[in-house]
Formats: sequence, C-alpha cells, structure tokens
Amino acid sequence: MEAASDKARLDAAFTDLYRAHLRDVYSYSYYRVGNHHDAEDLTEQTFLQAYRHFERAQRESQGRPLRPWLIRIAHNLAANYYRDRSRRPQTTIDDAGALPELHTTESLVENREDLNRILACVQQLPDDRREALIMRFALGMDNREIARALGRSDGATKVLLHRAIRQLEELVKTEAGTETV
Amino acid sequence: MSDTWDFEARLRQALAPVEPPADLELRLQTTLGSLVELAADELEGWELRAIKDPRNWPRTVLGPAAAVVVGTGAAVGLVVLRTRGGRRGRRAQSRNALELAQKTVRDAGREALRVFQDIAR
Repeated sequence: MEAASDKARLDAAFTDLYRAHLRDVYSYSYYRVGNHHDAEDLTEQTFLQAYRHFERAQRESQGRPLRPWLIRIAHNLAANYYRDRSRRPQTTIDDAGALPELHTTESLVENREDLNRILACVQQLPDDRREALIMRFALGMDNREIARALGRSDGATKVLLHRAIRQLEELVKTEAGTETV
Repeated sequence: MSDTWDFEARLRQALAPVEPPADLELRLQTTLGSLVELAADELEGWELRAIKDPRNWPRTVLGPAAAVVVGTGAAVGLVVLRTRGGRRGRRAQSRNALELAQKTVRDAGREALRVFQDIAR
C-alpha cells in the first residue's frame, strides 16, 4: 500500500519535471539535430530514459535541480544520433536549413540574415563549445548547471563558454566579411 | 565590452528557445502512462503464468527437493566409499564373519558422522 503511494508520488514528481523542462529538452534537441522531426524523437527518448532512472536521480540529486541531468541524457542520446547518422547517407542541406525557419516574427525577420549567419557559425563550432552555447543562450542555464550537464568543473566551463563566444564572434566576422566582398 | 554585449544579445536572439509542438506533451504523457500500465500488467501476467506453468514448478518447488535427494545420495555414496576403503584392515583384524560385520557397521557409522560434519561445516 505504501509502495503504491510512493510510486504515485514519484509519477507526480516526474510529471512536474517534464512539464517544467519539456521546452528546454526540446530546444536543446532541436539545436543539436537541426530538425523538428528528430528533435521530437530525441525529446521523447530523453524523457523515457529519464523516467526509467528518475527514482535514483531524485535520490542522488539531494534536492539540486534535475535539469542538468535531463540535458545530459539528451546530450548522450544526441551523440548516439550523430554516430548512427554517420553510417547513413549524409544529412541533406534542407535539414541544416531548417533552423532559421523558426524565427518568423517581424522583428526577427529584419535581422534574419544576421541571425542565420550566427546560427550557421554555431554549427561550425566544436561539439563541446556548441553545446555550451546552446545551454547558456537557448536554455538560460548558468555555469554550474552547464558544468553538471557536461560533467566538467565550474572553472573549465567558464573558460569553455568564453572561448566559444570568442571563436563564434570571429567566425561570424569572417563570414560577414566574405559575404560583403 | 559593448560589442561583446551586443554579440551576446544577438546570440541569445539567434538561439531563441523553441516551443515544442502542442501535441508532444500529450503524446509523452500517453506514452509514459501506457508504459506504466504495460509494466504492471506484464508483471502481474508473468507472475500468474509462472505459477500456472508446470515448467516453472521444478525451479520453485521441485528444485530444492531434488537438491536434497541428490545431496543425500552423494553423501551416502561417500560413506560407502570411505567404509570400503578400510575393508582389508578390518578383514585382517577380524577372527570371523560376525566380527567383520560388526566392525564394518561401526566404521560406516563413524564415516557417516564425519561426512555429515563436513557437510554441516
């Protein structure tokens, strides 16, 4: 009887978790894989896997937020996704071009070229730098959360973010320069 | 500093959070609900099947009984072997068949006691 109520409590806590972080996991997945279809799959897989290990994660988190743990699951699944994809035919340009389609409000359309360029350059960054930027800017995670999600120290994460921004800025400048020539 | 700030602002704009499709939450909820029900049904069904299926009986009931039979048989075999080992000595020390039989029974009892003490250890 007590076990049943524990299970119900756990399920309710999990429901709260995925309601609170569905958008985070989806955003992360989307910016990692570059299309809605795979992002949905990845999000679903992430939550299914999270559900299987939720009890232990909750016990071991000692009250800390579970978002980094969720994003870490998505991160590992996305790595598998890329590994599997490398065995199949290469991704078409349509998949990569799907990213800018999101920003459809008028204010964004004005900056569309600029934003497209930034997004294209984000895709050129090394994996760890790109992921750190997605976590910081798309999900609004702080250094500590990103460190936990990537399994790094706070200091190393701070350096990683700093270098990622610097490299991206350089890439965008170079891209803008070549486009105006 | 301001350039960096501007760049970070643009980056934030470029990497705007993406709203998941409206039906994704519902779909996830349904999938998780089905999984929980499926797991409960499967467990219940498996337990019932396991009890009803005679193929599972040896593991649960006949298994320990068979182990006792096999174990006892092995122990008795060991007692017989060890008792037979001292046969020549007993024959040499015995004056007649009755005395030989008495010594054999006594040795068998002693060996049985040793074997069961070994098992208990």
